[in-house]
Amino acid sequence: MAKAKITFEDINQTVSVPAGTRIIEISEKIGAGVIYGCREGDCGTCMMEVTEGWNNLTEPSVLEEKVLRENMAGRHYRLACQAQILGDCKVKPA
Amino acid sequence: MADTLNVATWKEAVEFAPGVHWIGALDPTLRTFDIILKTANGTTYNSYLVRGSGGVAIIDTVKEGFEDEFFHRLESVARYDEIRVIVLNHLEPDHSGALPELMRRAPQARLYISTRATTMLKALLRPNREEPFEYTTVTTNDRVSLGDRHLRFLHTPFLHWPDTQCTYLEEQQVLFSGDVFGCHYCDSRLFNDRVGDFRFSFDYYYAHIMRPFKQWVMEALALIEPLKLKVVAPTHGPILRERPRRYVAHYRELSTSSLSRELGDTNKSLIIFYMSSYGNTARMAEAIYQGADTVEGVRVSLYDLEGGEVAPFVDLIEDADALLFGSPTINGDAVKPVWDLLSSLAVVNLKGKIGAAFGSYGWSGEAVRMVEDRMRGLKMRVPREGIRVKLIPTQEELDECTGFGREIANILVGKEVQRGVIEFSDLT
Ligand SMILES: Cc1cc2nc3c(=O)[nH]c(=O)nc-3n(C[C@H](O)[C@H](O)[C@H](O)COP(=O)(O)O)c2cc1C
Ligand code: FES
Ligand SMILES: [Fe+2]
Ligand SMILES: [Fe+2]
Repeated sequence: MAKAKITFEDINQTVSVPAGTRIIEISEKIGAGVIYGCREGDCGTCMMEVTEGWNNLTEPSVLEEKVLRENMAGRHYRLACQAQILGDCKVKPA
Repeated sequence: MADTLNVATWKEAVEFAPGVHWIGALDPTLRTFDIILKTANGTTYNSYLVRGSGGVAIIDTVKEGFEDEFFHRLESVARYDEIRVIVLNHLEPDHSGALPELMRRAPQARLYISTRATTMLKALLRPNREEPFEYTTVTTNDRVSLGDRHLRFLHTPFLHWPDTQCTYLEEQQVLFSGDVFGCHYCDSRLFNDRVGDFRFSFDYYYAHIMRPFKQWVMEALALIEPLKLKVVAPTHGPILRERPRRYVAHYRELSTSSLSRELGDTNKSLIIFYMSSYGNTARMAEAIYQGADTVEGVRVSLYDLEGGEVAPFVDLIEDADALLFGSPTINGDAVKPVWDLLSSLAVVNLKGKIGAAFGSYGWSGEAVRMVEDRMRGLKMRVPREGIRVKLIPTQEELDECTGFGREIANILVGKEVQRGVIEFSDLT
C-alpha cells in the first residue's frame, strides 16, 4: 500500500502512514496538540493549519468548507477529523 | 416611577433611556437553570425594544412560556407592523423562545444574528416551522439604522455559546450584552441601583457560565471597554445603569488569573495528583515528582487527593500547565476521587494543557488508559503513554517513573526528545 509521511510541527514528529489514513487516527496517539470535540466535522475544534503539502490531503467536503468558513479559518486550514492523507504533508494545530 | 417601580404588578414596558424599553419577563419561582445553576430567587428574561425614527427594533426575546408577558409589554409601546429589526444576541431557548411567534406577528421584520448562529438557528427552530426564517448575519462594526438611532454589533463568540454577540445602541450608549454581565436574580425593581444585593449572583453566574471561556471574555472586553457606556442591559438579572463600567472592570478582574501573576510568567506549573491505598501509586508519584523537579523552569506540586477538596484543586488546575493523575486500578476502574476531580473541570478551560497518567495495578490495570482517554476528552494533550506498574514498584520501575516525570516536564518547557520517524503500525 502507498505510504505517506505526515509531520506534526508542534511536536516536530513525523509518522509514516498508509495513504488514506485520517489525521485524527494518528495525532492523539503520538501526542500532537490537535484537539477534538465532535470528531465528525461539525464543531471546528480540530482545526489545523497545513503548512506544506496542502494538495496531498483529500479535498474538503462542502460541509467541511462551511465549518471552516464559520470558524473564520485562514487559508490552508483543515479539520483534522476529516482530512485524509494522500501524500507527504506538514500540519500544526490552529 | 423608578422609586416605586414593581414590574411584578406593572405589566407594561419600562423606559430607561429615551426610546429604549425593557419588555422582558420575570420568572421568580425558578430554582435551577440549565441543570448546572442554582438561583435563590428566580431569574428574569430581559428583552428590549428600541424605537427610532425609522422603525422599532426588538433585542432578544424570552423563554417559552413567558410569551404573554413579553408580548403584552411590547404591545404597550409599539405595533407589530412598526418592527423592522429583530436581534438575537444569543439563541439559547431562554432568549429565542418567543421568536417564532414574534416573526409570525411581525413578518416584515428582519432578523439579525451572528455569523456563527446560522446552523444553530435551524436546529433550534426545526421542529416548529416548515420554512426557514430570512435572516442577516452580522459581525463586529456592522450596523443597522433605525433612522435617528443605530445599532452596532460586536462579535463576541463563546460567551457562552458559539453564537453569542453584543449589540450597542450608539446614540444612547446602551450595550445589550446578552448573557454577558447577566445573572440569575429576580427583582421586580429591575435596576442595579434599586434591587437587593445581587453581587453573589453576579459572581456565581460568571463562575459557572463565563469562566470556561475566559480567553473569549478577554477578547470581548477588548471590544467593550472602549465604548462609552451609560447602561449595560444584559438578558438576565438587573439592568446595570448605575456605574455600569464597574461590571466591565469586574469581568476583567475575574478573567485574569491571580496565580499566574504570582508565579510570574517564567515558571510553568506541573501538578501531580494521586490516590493510593497501599502506597504503591504514591511511591510512583513521589518518583515522578523527583524527576520533574530536576527540570529548570518548572514548578512542581504533589497532592494526595485524599487530603483535599475538589473546589480549590479546580482553581489550581485552571492555572496549571501540566496535570498528572495517579490512580490504582480498583475493580477495573480508576478510583472515585480521581473521577470526581476529572468530572468537575467543566468550569475551566483545559485546552492544550499537557496531561499524563500513572498507577499501580494488580492484574488488569485499566485505570491509566481510562484516565488518559478522559484527559483527551477534556481537550488536553497527552504526549506520552502513561506508566503502569504491577503491584509494588521495583527500584528499576521507580527510576522509570523519575525519567517519565523528567520527560513530561521537558515537554512542558519545549524540550521534547525526538523520536525519529514513527511507523503507523507501531502506534497503539
Ligand atoms: C450552559 C450550557 C452549556 C452548553 N455547552 C455545550 C457544549 O459545550 N457543547 C454542545 O454541543 N452543546 C452545549 N450546550 C447545548 C445543549 O447541549 C443543548 O441545548 C441541548 O439541546 C440541551 O438538551 P436538553 O434539552 O436535553 O437539556 C450547552 C448548553 C448550556 C445551557
Ligand atoms: S472535531 Fe469537531 S470538527 Fe473535527
Ligand atoms: Fe445562555
Ligand atoms: Fe440566558
